[in-house]
Amino acid sequence: MSIWTSYRLRLKRRQCHIRAFRKRRELTQVANRTDAIRPGDILSFSTIRNECVRLPYFLSYYRDLGVNHFLFVDNGSDDGSAEYLSEQPDVSLWSTDASYKSANFGVNWIGWLQRKYAHRHWSLVVDPDEFLVYPFCDTRPLRALTDWLDNSGVRSFGALLLDMYPKGPMDSLSYAAGQDPFDIAGWFDSGNYTITRNPKYGNLWIQGGPRARVFFRDNPRKAPALNKIPLVKWHRKYAYISSTHAILPRGLNLVYDQWGGEKASGCLLHAKFLDTFSAKSAEELTRGQHYADSYEYRAYHEGTRESTDLWCSWSEKYLNWRQLEMLGLMSKGNWA
Amino acid sequence: MSLGIVMLVHDALDRAEQLVRHWATHGCPVVIHVDTCVTRKDYADFVAALDDLDNVKFCKRRNCEWGTWSLVAASQTASEVLLGSFPDLRHIMLVSGSCLPLRPISEMLAYLQDRPQTDFIESVTTEDVPWTIGGLDIERFTLRFPFSWKRHRRLFDRGVEIQRKLGVKRKIPGGLVPHLGSQWWCLTRKTLSAILNDPQRPVFDKYFRYVWIPDESYYQTLARRHSTRIESRSLTLSKFNFQGKPHVFYDDHLQLLRRSDCFVARKVWRYADKLYDSFLSDQQLVVAGAEPNPGKIDRIFTKAIDRRTKGRAGLYMSSRFPSEGYRGNLTAARYTVLEGFAELYDGFDDWLADTVSARIHGHLFAEDKVHFAGGGQEFFGALSDSANLRNYNPTAFLTNLIWSTRGERQCFHFGPCDNQDVSWVMAKDANARIYVVSGAWAVQLFHSNRSFPDIRREAARLQKIESEHLTALRSGYARARTQIWSLADFVLNPTELLQNVVDDIGPRTPTPLINLPRMKPLQGFGQFLQDLKNQGMHPYLMGDFPAGHDLVPATRIQRKPYLVN
Repeated sequence: MSIWTSYRLRLKRRQCHIRAFRKRRELTQVANRTDAIRPGDILSFSTIRNECVRLPYFLSYYRDLGVNHFLFVDNGSDDGSAEYLSEQPDVSLWSTDASYKSANFGVNWIGWLQRKYAHRHWSLVVDPDEFLVYPFCDTRPLRALTDWLDNSGVRSFGALLLDMYPKGPMDSLSYAAGQDPFDIAGWFDSGNYTITRNPKYGNLWIQGGPRARVFFRDNPRKAPALNKIPLVKWHRKYAYISSTHAILPRGLNLVYDQWGGEKASGCLLHAKFLDTFSAKSAEELTRGQHYADSYEYRAYHEGTRESTDLWCSWSEKYLNWRQLEMLGLMSKGNWA
Repeated sequence: MSLGIVMLVHDALDRAEQLVRHWATHGCPVVIHVDTCVTRKDYADFVAALDDLDNVKFCKRRNCEWGTWSLVAASQTASEVLLGSFPDLRHIMLVSGSCLPLRPISEMLAYLQDRPQTDFIESVTTEDVPWTIGGLDIERFTLRFPFSWKRHRRLFDRGVEIQRKLGVKRKIPGGLVPHLGSQWWCLTRKTLSAILNDPQRPVFDKYFRYVWIPDESYYQTLARRHSTRIESRSLTLSKFNFQGKPHVFYDDHLQLLRRSDCFVARKVWRYADKLYDSFLSDQQLVVAGAEPNPGKIDRIFTKAIDRRTKGRAGLYMSSRFPSEGYRGNLTAARYTVLEGFAELYDGFDDWLADTVSARIHGHLFAEDKVHFAGGGQEFFGALSDSANLRNYNPTAFLTNLIWSTRGERQCFHFGPCDNQDVSWVMAKDANARIYVVSGAWAVQLFHSNRSFPDIRREAARLQKIESEHLTALRSGYARARTQIWSLADFVLNPTELLQNVVDDIGPRTPTPLINLPRMKPLQGFGQFLQDLKNQGMHPYLMGDFPAGHDLVPATRIQRKPYLVN
């Protein structure tokens, strides 16, 4: 890497920090229990908007894995999400009515909180509809993974965002609070992902899955990115650039092996396609707060209007992490 | 009292306390070395917690760092205290604060009782050890290593480089033969005190101070000097990954560890409650007197290292994306590419599907859409038949298809009408089996009703594309196994050539072909080519078709001549 590139990336990182610093004023503290954070705790960061129905299962899933504290930014919910969260003993909550889009899709808000609270902690950045699956997650808690990563000198852990969908039209089964969403949306695409390397930041750019297959047939280039780096041993000098797809400094993006081996990685099961989806996509269309002018949501909305069925006869039914490992969607690396 | 324990502790003091208590209450005196990285208060608490045990002692603390002399010095100090305080020990074992005994202590004592003169220490000469980190083997002993590998890697590497250039070679003192092995040993009192009381010890210590990773060579080398009976294996089950870090055991390894019959395992995760609870309890069900048998655990960890360093060939995913040149084979399994057969025969696919056991696709890279076997909209792995999606990344389409269908041979048609982005990709892939009947696309033009100028233009275009494709297949970079026949050659002798193709894919029955697909009529094809020539185009990929008369395809099955002597 030339000195010039290195300098420009440093500038870019600095810019992310400055933006995060400026956007901190948009956040209003609702419940701050960060005093309870102990050295070595695993922290989770999320931005939410009207996700009340999802929150109970989200919290219980990650509590079971061993996340010690949750930090949320609530972007103008009016369904009681804020009230629910502020009552939880292990949650700290900030709220804002400012624009999600102008805060770089929430990255700036989260960036500020991470800078303030996540230094030297393992930090997990997930949306409320993303559920991390890693090797041995059925028998080993998240701390086993982070301890092992620490021991191996690894600072970041990559995951594939795996879109899960139900069999049949999306709104045929309704999701109730506290229910495992994958009881309904238990299917996924096992082998239609395309990968390229982003030369600028060194991260992979993965696309594909049911969204590309159904919504982006005519314009695959626009299909959403599925590569994520959700789990990072945070340092205040780090910065996410766009969502959790890319991070600086560049070395953290090397969650993949380039010499033929496999590093350990996981999957983020994405429970987006439930009955809540069509209402959400209709709302996001009018708000226009999502990436690339909500192109994704526009494409979905055209799809869902005719009750699109993402399921096809080659869809796989989700069983456990070993299945994902065998299909080659994640890897144990040398963790045994 | 026959076994004494030297324990090195640097974190997880609660677990260490549990372990010390286990050893001590089962009649094994323990001397503990606690790293100075433990705070004074934690240390005081730790000492106080073990206050009630009179066969537990602590030795002088020092700062220990991986790969340095400090670890040997710590074990020396602790061993001296142990030997001095407990004169009637027969064996001394070195363990860490995360080494968990897997079998009852009584069994271990009985095992050692039966082998009173044996030193259990892995000790092999440097030539025989493959596990060297950083490319250093004998150089561990002949260079100096004043810089920390962990903290000052650059200085460490530079130091090695300079010494190599200068040709530095330290003399190994006192006729020692360098040996290496696991740092966890179990020595007899006789051997250990001989090592510690050796009149030459100051010389050896001075020498080993600048050897790299002396904790894996100090005792291992000196035991060879003093011991009468070395059993070159460690009683501690300890596996290392490719970075030289020990593998860690978790709750889900419980059954595996039980069945290993090893005495001690390193290292156990500090929160693996189930392991600590079950192995430190007194009611264990273990076959008494069994020999340690870590084979199964070895296999699991060896596999893990393979997965990390070699990976699964042909897989591209979020944590495996090899650069070109490092990927080995592009795809996961063999596949067959057929070029020109579908154009030359009617019902070729049906015939081939009946003849071989494989999945027969149409033109996967066709312009209009992906022609999967069975004509479905999707295929294995939920690959879509959309030409757009496929054209977005044709290489990924191919690697995905072959990866998802491992275990079943895939065959597909390819030709100059298809997307040519994969032409070089397939040519360079050693898994590809490519059979080409060059110029067969002309048969389709010959049978079409299009106007002749149109045909002439199309023929010129296709010939150019196919010729470029053949250049790729014949280039020096090509690794695919390729057979190329001109249309004329093929038509003269199709049976044998088809037999080749079928044999390679894997016929359903291992007999010679008894029926062939029906070749499209070629009467007048020679004249057709001549017409093209007359229009100023030069069709050359088809081989020689005489304009005057037709080639007679030898479609009849040729039987071996019946000879009578």
